[in-house]
Amino acid sequence: MEKSLNWREFIITRAIKASGYSAIVFVLLIFFFLLRESLPTLTRVETSSLLGTRWYPIEDYFGILPLITGSLVVTLGAALIAIPFGIGTAVYISEIAPRWMREILKPLVELLGGLPSVVLGFLGILVVSPFLRVFLDLPTGLTAFTGSLLLGGIAVPTVVSVAEDALDSVPRAYREGAWALGATKWQTIWRVTLPAAKSGVLTAIMLGIGRAIGETMTVMMVTGNAPVLATTLGSLFSPVRTMTATIAAEMGEVATGSTHYHVLFFIGIVLFLISLIVNVIASSVVFRAKKRAERILS
Amino acid sequence: MLLCSLLLASCASNTARASSPASTTYIENKGSDTMVNFALAWAERYQALRPDVRISVTGGGSGTGIAALLNGTVDLANASRRIKDEEIATAQAKGIQPLEHVIARDAIAVIVNANNPVSELTLQQIADIYSGKITNWKELGGEDRPIVKLSRETNSGTHVYFLETVLRLGRSDDKTLFATNTLLLPSSEGIVAEVRHNPNAIGYDGLGYVPHDVKMIAIAKEAGGEYVLPSIETVNDKRYPIARDLYIYTNGEPTGIVKEYLDWILSAEAQEIVAKLGFVPVE
Repeated sequence: MEKSLNWREFIITRAIKASGYSAIVFVLLIFFFLLRESLPTLTRVETSSLLGTRWYPIEDYFGILPLITGSLVVTLGAALIAIPFGIGTAVYISEIAPRWMREILKPLVELLGGLPSVVLGFLGILVVSPFLRVFLDLPTGLTAFTGSLLLGGIAVPTVVSVAEDALDSVPRAYREGAWALGATKWQTIWRVTLPAAKSGVLTAIMLGIGRAIGETMTVMMVTGNAPVLATTLGSLFSPVRTMTATIAAEMGEVATGSTHYHVLFFIGIVLFLISLIVNVIASSVVFRAKKRAERILS
Repeated sequence: MLLCSLLLASCASNTARASSPASTTYIENKGSDTMVNFALAWAERYQALRPDVRISVTGGGSGTGIAALLNGTVDLANASRRIKDEEIATAQAKGIQPLEHVIARDAIAVIVNANNPVSELTLQQIADIYSGKITNWKELGGEDRPIVKLSRETNSGTHVYFLETVLRLGRSDDKTLFATNTLLLPSSEGIVAEVRHNPNAIGYDGLGYVPHDVKMIAIAKEAGGEYVLPSIETVNDKRYPIARDLYIYTNGEPTGIVKEYLDWILSAEAQEIVAKLGFVPVE
């Protein structure tokens, strides 16, 4: 009896351990695959050409700077929309809304998160982009900003969902303490609840940004895909081409093993590194915040 | 694409089962993605007429089709361009004699918004628009509006054809490129949707895909020349400048069922299918 229990215990622990490690293994495998497919880029394309400002692969122009700035502009725009809206909604749902409202809102937001991005893309082409062109008097509605708006919409549910969970897990005693000291509802939210849930809220933001930077279908449909180097704030209101859209649009037709093929993988690795950097910064911030909180509480 | 071939395969097997012929002849047809739609439609129609024939159609591009012909794996290679000299050399080394048949034509219409007053342009002006030298419609006698240039993605055959024929005006030493702020849209529908509601936009698309609510531009080969609107007549008498022939290549003079199929392709019935799918029938 004792023995079989030990045996089962052993298997279960190992199984859990293996699935834990598998995440690391998969990430490493993906990374090595990307690396293997992208490294030939460095020998086949000169660095100066790779850092050029012209992307026209069928004539061997492989400047990836316009694609990087394109992705950054769209993602920054999306973050500027998703963060205030997402956290505002999370605070409302968790702190302010009455119980019945909360029970309607939360599933609705999660439903929004399940909306296929191609549907949002159609919405963008048929409604958002014509509207923006007339409303903002732009030459065309297919701009980085259109992409940002829709990506913001895609990222909001992620941000709300995670941030709301974080706010919800702040002990009720914190709020009661603040109220007892005479703080208003707003002061409690801004000075007590949100700071206490800081690490969860930051995670929510990072997940939202990650969702936005990796999104492909919607941006390919609405940003116009013109590989223009984005240098000023005005670029937000002109067409851009993102890294994801470039990979998606061109990978299907490219000859395996050609220079173009390797450069597309190189873009993939750049994208991978950018999200890695975002994640590392986020977790270091969260880590530092946690340590400070532990110091104060102890 | 894959879905199309699967559907085709399944309906082919249905007809085969229905009539249960003694022997089935297979025709392999591969090549240009531009031509794959009408090639499929032809195969479908022909299989309905001749239950003893089964035709498999795949895309992959003109180069793929010709390469398959040279390897002897297909009977008919579809190509939206002429066979290259190197390909002919390879063919001869392998003992294959590629024979060219013009089986349809393709014309690219330049389209603008229905409310755009500009209706005539020369090839040079269109080249200047797309290379970024002309940026406002008033330089072309239109309203004071910025020009928004729309193009297909670089992997589309139409994109390459437009680059060579219009931007570079057919000169192979010309290295003109699309201006970087040219919008590259993944589909014809995207271009049409944008042109339909944006008065600043100019785009291009296969003649047959142009809906009635956008305006086609009459094009002159050079300044002072005749401005020609694209239509089946103007493409067939070679007056419209942005048009090309579409080819099927066979290994030597076709015989037997392949010959019958090719003859049928040039018949009125098959050419009607071409017209219906937005291409220009040959006369």
